[in-house]
Amino acid sequence: MSEVLLNVRNLRVTYPGDDGDFRAVRNVSFSLGRERLGIVGESGSGKSTTGRAIMGLVQRPGRIEADELTLFDKQGGKTDLRAMSERGFRALRGQRLAMVLQDPKYSLDPVMRVGDQIAETHRAHLRSSKAEAYKASLDMLNAVHIRDPERVYGMYPHQVSGGMGQRIMIAMMLIAGPDILIADEPTSALDVTVQTQVLAIMDDLVQRRGMGLILISHNLHLVSSFCDRVLVMYAGQVVETCEAGKLHEATHPYTRGLLAALPQLGNRRHELPQLQRDPAWAADL
Amino acid sequence: MIILDNVTIAYGQGHRRLVAARDVTLAVPEGAAVGLVGESGSGKSTVLRAIAGLIPYSDGHITLAGKSVGKRRTTAEKRMVQMVFQDPYGSLHPNQTVDQILAMPIAIHRLDKGEARIAKALSEVGLGREHRYRYPHQLSGGQRQRVAIARALILEPSILLLDEPTSALDVSVQAEILNLLARLRREHGLTMLMVSHDLAVIAHLCDTIGVMSRGLLLETTTADAMASGEVVHEYTRQLLRSNAGFDRSSVSAGDLDISAA
Repeated sequence: MSEVLLNVRNLRVTYPGDDGDFRAVRNVSFSLGRERLGIVGESGSGKSTTGRAIMGLVQRPGRIEADELTLFDKQGGKTDLRAMSERGFRALRGQRLAMVLQDPKYSLDPVMRVGDQIAETHRAHLRSSKAEAYKASLDMLNAVHIRDPERVYGMYPHQVSGGMGQRIMIAMMLIAGPDILIADEPTSALDVTVQTQVLAIMDDLVQRRGMGLILISHNLHLVSSFCDRVLVMYAGQVVETCEAGKLHEATHPYTRGLLAALPQLGNRRHELPQLQRDPAWAADL
Repeated sequence: MIILDNVTIAYGQGHRRLVAARDVTLAVPEGAAVGLVGESGSGKSTVLRAIAGLIPYSDGHITLAGKSVGKRRTTAEKRMVQMVFQDPYGSLHPNQTVDQILAMPIAIHRLDKGEARIAKALSEVGLGREHRYRYPHQLSGGQRQRVAIARALILEPSILLLDEPTSALDVSVQAEILNLLARLRREHGLTMLMVSHDLAVIAHLCDTIGVMSRGLLLETTTADAMASGEVVHEYTRQLLRSNAGFDRSSVSAGDLDISAA
């Protein structure tokens, strides 16, 4: 992790509620280099909200605050995301930051050919001609290992399988060459064997293009085997950061509890240890 | 307890006929827990639904508790087999309280002592009295799945069919539900048939595991054989590798080109 692409310091996301503010994300600090960073946690732990906050996708009345939220470009220029307007974010999304969501069924436009959706990103960000965008889209479909890209270009989302839809999403997100890809449960809707293929494609692209990848997932096995570094989130905070390969040596009782609660092949236990939650884990760090 | 003899299940007619499961032969002894693993579209849920009587089968025989069951089932046959579905958000009526949800099967099967049965079913799945008059949206995912299990158990079935009972739940909640299912199986002597795409979950609860792909039951093996990797079929090996997490070497260049259709 030589070069820093993104610096997050003391990120807070709050939603006002009837009985006081709900702090969905608090005290989150990390920096992302050209690496694969995993964020794990259970539903409601704030992992997706963290990703959305970086993309500027937290809807009102939700508020994003941070001591620092800076995006660095290749020339060393800095962009402060805190001061960014919606218009500014639109220019960044796709070109500098991109996000792959969980289910391609819901994140692709159902009445637009998938190829046109990919080309649209290219045209908007690179101000290219139709022919250039078409060619770039085919190349991109090729890069995500789709056979016969011309035919797939003309298909509608309902005609493609889940694994293909997710690869189309990845193609769309990567066509403008972003520096950072945020993948929010990119493979949870996919079958295990297809899941491996989609991850391998993302892995290739990260290595080849030198992108920074944030992989958000609830799957501990997957994150520990795929990523370089892992943040464990609980109740809106990062409770532990560790090297992905050493996740099984994690020390926080929450991480340990989660690992213990996973059924394991070859280690059959009469009863799975259930996670005993300690209110102290949710206290401000 | 459950015997499937060359069961074929197809949807549609004529040239649109799609065979979802072909010549499936499987036996589940009384009190045993058997699992089916496979990817979406492999036909595992279809087999479960045919056993439950939710869809007809076109060929072969299904025998439950020693009796061959036909297209139309008697009330007693229906009562014997109960099912828990994957998504606890979709399988509970949003406008009914837990009490109403649990009262429905009692009314349908004209059972007596409904009040006592509801209270007993709730306590068995670890829900308190305070949950009884709540609506599904007021419950967490794990609590909802407990309600779904209580609804299945309230008829005192001998066979419980589980269709991905924990895949919509977080890891910690999954452990609670799996423990609950293991306990209920012990206490009630239930025969269980469970479907999941998660090999570790199946192997935790079941002794015998069937592997399905594209409508065929490829092999039937045991949880121990799975754990030690003594499996016959190449597809099963692939499942085992995927289960272990992301492994770059398991994806060869050829594998990436899965067909465009």
